[in-house]
Amino acid sequence: MKILVCIKQVPDMASRFKVNGDGTWYDETDLAFRMNEYDEYAVEQAVQLKEQQGSTPDITVLSIGPDRVGEMIKKAMAMGCDRGVHIQDKDSFRKDPWQIASAIAGFARDKKFDLIFFGMQSQDRGSGQVGAMVAEILGIACATTVVGFAFADGVVTAKRELEGGIRAVVKLKLPALITCQLGLNTPRYPTLPNIMKAKKKELLALPIADFLKEKELVATASAYPPAKKGTGLVLEGDVNDMVGKLVGILKEKTKVVK
Amino acid sequence: MKTLLICEYREGKLLESSYELVAFADKLGAEKAMVLIGKEAEVPKVNGKLYLADVAKYGEYKPDLHKKIVLEAVKKEDPDAIVFLHSSYGWDLAPRVAAALKAGQVSEIVSINEGKFEVGLCNAKLRRTVTPQTGKMVLTIQAGAFNVAGDPQGKAQIEKIDLPDAVSPLEFVGYEPAQKKEVDLARAEVVVSAGRGVGKKENVAIIAALAKALGGELGASRPVVDAGWVEHSRQVGTTGQIVAPKLYVACGISGAIQHVAGMKKSEFVVAINKDKDAPIGEVADVLVVADVMQFVPALTAMLQK
Repeated sequence: MKILVCIKQVPDMASRFKVNGDGTWYDETDLAFRMNEYDEYAVEQAVQLKEQQGSTPDITVLSIGPDRVGEMIKKAMAMGCDRGVHIQDKDSFRKDPWQIASAIAGFARDKKFDLIFFGMQSQDRGSGQVGAMVAEILGIACATTVVGFAFADGVVTAKRELEGGIRAVVKLKLPALITCQLGLNTPRYPTLPNIMKAKKKELLALPIADFLKEKELVATASAYPPAKKGTGLVLEGDVNDMVGKLVGILKEKTKVVK
Repeated sequence: MKTLLICEYREGKLLESSYELVAFADKLGAEKAMVLIGKEAEVPKVNGKLYLADVAKYGEYKPDLHKKIVLEAVKKEDPDAIVFLHSSYGWDLAPRVAAALKAGQVSEIVSINEGKFEVGLCNAKLRRTVTPQTGKMVLTIQAGAFNVAGDPQGKAQIEKIDLPDAVSPLEFVGYEPAQKKEVDLARAEVVVSAGRGVGKKENVAIIAALAKALGGELGASRPVVDAGWVEHSRQVGTTGQIVAPKLYVACGISGAIQHVAGMKKSEFVVAINKDKDAPIGEVADVLVVADVMQFVPALTAMLQK
């Protein structure tokens, strides 16, 4: 069995974000980058499947981006992926989801992966498009937003999370593509011995030009901070002063505090 | 502009949220036609063409077949925009349709800003306006972002769609109900929610104590539930409960779109966050810039006096 896991590197979402120089994206200065949270579940699910299948599956982990993504690919290999592919692109943030999906499909097309895992969306762009588009381009079955995963006799049984906590149970024959929702599993922390082992694993670097033949379909006009609602009151300063003010406001504005 | 609106149907019923698509099309001033994989007794009350495919044949969730039905309607209608809700149904189906048509897709539109589509970036901490470069475009709209005015009263003109081939590579087995709700947050007058900013599981008790002092219920954001700090039945947001209490207190919650969608109809919102720029501030009546673990115990003590 051959498995592909596609992961993205994103900034820590607790950061403060500023708009970049050309006004179309966030400025990367001073940001700490890490593996997209949803993708950690994708890596974990692939590794768990490998363990359940007696270690026979071979897991390739792929990412598109600048040099900094190499560290994240190594982390995925320390979690248990067998080999890494870094599709090098300094300007990956300028590619729209269609271009990213086309490049990944271009890489995967002749490799006969049985299962492909994605996170359901990235934390920065959040389009939720790339996984389903790759499935569509490759012409394979796909289930998105998966919170339950089981594999037996060549069939994946996946639980999709719907609004209000309802789940839809679906079955897919291989080859198939799954996009992972938070809570699907508990992503592991790499252990020191596994981090050392990962350093010896193959990490292939390939230029984006080898796989990307498509033009963008959606352009960014501008990026900007959200307009403040303006009506909200902001309290700052001494904790006890703020407590006093807030209790006063609640007495005045709500019937809850008397 | 001409829009094709993809309605949603689940457990034998048209979903009310389908009317948000109509509100979006009206806001664009666009012509509209609709698609529903459902049944005739459950079509939206909207004037205009409705392409109806039989749910008994095509299932409530068989995305490959639903994609073919949408593409068939696209062929007949030749719309400029194919519009979905950004929901578990829409975000799943839209990229398949977009890729099949090679149409630019814009996900989770929150508003229309000077004629351009506005979307979030980095958990809504920034925004972007985007412009599709293709003749046809696929759009998904944020749940709750486009409000429906009044009761729907139109009558759709139905045209049936049937495909010669209805084999799905994906088998839809059925639904699993949500975990039983131990608490119905929708009925609570006060909801005090814990977010990732509370730091650790042990600190949840401090938030629960404030909820008790206010005579309310404890809620939580998704990361706190996924971490196992609070049970799922207390999750506020699109995949948890939608609440509209008299008072909502968000403690250490940054304000991810999915959370805000679950609480923005609250009458009065207090947010406590050490980050003055946290997006929760956009929907807060009062934003207290403070460490949750310092401020909340002091507030609870004051209320108990």
